[in-house]
Amino acid sequence: MAWINFLKPKNKLEEGGRTSAPVQRDALEPEKNCPNCRKDIPLSRLWASDLVCPCGYHFRMKARQRINIITDKGSFRELFSGIKADNPLDFPGYKDKVETVRVASNEEEAVVCGTAMIGKQKCCLFVMESYFMMGSMGSAVGEKITRLFEYALQHRLPVVGFTVSGGARMQEGLLSLMQMAKTTAAVKCHSDAGLLYIAVLTDPTTGGVTASFAMAADIILAEPGATVGFAGARVIEQTTKKALPEGFQKSEFVLEHGFIDSIVLRSNQKKYLTELLKMHNGRAVI
Amino acid sequence: MSDVAYDRVKLARDNKRPTGLDYIKNIFKGFMEFHGDRRFADDPAIVGGIAKLDEYPVTVIAIEKGSTTKERNYRNFGAPQPEGYRKALRLMKQAEKFGRPIICFVDTSGACCGIGAEERGQGQAIAENLMEMSTLCVPVISILIGEGGSGGALALAVADRVWMLQNAVYSVISPEGCASILWKDSSKAETAAESLKLTAEDAKSLEVIERILSEKDIGTKEFYDRIRVLLIEELKELVKDVDLTQNRYDRFRKIGVNAIIKE
Repeated sequence: MAWINFLKPKNKLEEGGRTSAPVQRDALEPEKNCPNCRKDIPLSRLWASDLVCPCGYHFRMKARQRINIITDKGSFRELFSGIKADNPLDFPGYKDKVETVRVASNEEEAVVCGTAMIGKQKCCLFVMESYFMMGSMGSAVGEKITRLFEYALQHRLPVVGFTVSGGARMQEGLLSLMQMAKTTAAVKCHSDAGLLYIAVLTDPTTGGVTASFAMAADIILAEPGATVGFAGARVIEQTTKKALPEGFQKSEFVLEHGFIDSIVLRSNQKKYLTELLKMHNGRAVI
Repeated sequence: MSDVAYDRVKLARDNKRPTGLDYIKNIFKGFMEFHGDRRFADDPAIVGGIAKLDEYPVTVIAIEKGSTTKERNYRNFGAPQPEGYRKALRLMKQAEKFGRPIICFVDTSGACCGIGAEERGQGQAIAENLMEMSTLCVPVISILIGEGGSGGALALAVADRVWMLQNAVYSVISPEGCASILWKDSSKAETAAESLKLTAEDAKSLEVIERILSEKDIGTKEFYDRIRVLLIEELKELVKDVDLTQNRYDRFRKIGVNAIIKE
């Protein structure tokens, strides 16, 4: 199972990926090397295709960019933006690390939450930020996710969530670990009220986030080629001293093993989510 | 100061400590073990079934590390596969159906880290336990008796009361793992152990656990009798709680709320 298989759309809804035009070269233009096809792609070309290489490789994307391509123009209203990490355990170097990351990422925390319209369907939305300590979940991320599900329950709204995370934030120790239980309990309450939660797993979704709210959704989608797993591949290789199978922990591998519903190209995600939200809007009357 | 926390880690990992089955055999009467997750396999790293606590029927689940080399290999050193968590959840749902309280003994360095565990959804299995345990309508008490390693321990510890043995540890990552990721140097595990705040006293002051159990005369009849008495007392209170699931939600809901900046 080569993971490049993602180029073949699996059904009608997943079609609609941009066709790959020949790459125009300009000596002066900045380029980015694609880790899949090894070609240098002009940045402008990548921007125009929402950071998807003509070969189909999906580059990582900042949370705000993702919100721009997924939500209806001007519809996103941010919630809980004032909640951010402190240093509850006085963990060495944590405060400085957070300060540096805040400046570099221009984000206060590793998740952005709010309400939005997707294809004219109202929903609650969270998008995790890989550029903020690899989307790790500390007390602030846990609190924001929990509040979003509580808000969605109160307003009877579906939740759409884009995950990207290295797992729990170890600098907050046990408090981070407990966020797994806290967020998942909030998802359960939202779920028990008959409300919809769709997770879109993006590269990478691992550790404590996989083992909590990412895998607790009604419908679990993933981007092509995204790493999705619990333990890190390098750790598994070192522990078991076995060669990992081809495409191990890629979303195609996880789909094959039955843990996600579908792999959806970035270019088609908005349409796909719109369709899903519409299908769950209101009760069936047959 | 920096060696104190790591000494606890070593004590928690000590092969001579009583293991899950010791607690089951000495605290309860008439333990009947039930096997299998009804999906794929039976995981020997998690032991579960029904037993009597005095005259009360309860469901007991324990992570078992094994006490001899042969048994430790058989039990995968107490590192459960997804099937172990699924068996535990099956037994918890059964307990809920028959109105039995649930008592879990937790002792693991972490959920099994392997190719098969990933292929069969380790992350999904843990997530499902967290989700389903949060709304079980029977009382749940979890006791950390040795190592409380990350999500693999939490998957049996979404409980109304969480207790820790005096020398048990509870952590989001092993001190060695933390030191190797943060400082690229696993020999700094002692510093990491100190910084992670993983001792029973730390967990109590962070309000992650309710009670620390003394290890005086550990492994003796007196030791197990003390735990049995505490369990009975606590369960008598918990069965009267009409807002059990709401209180369990609130118990976890408040953790970390004081650890953030709100603007």
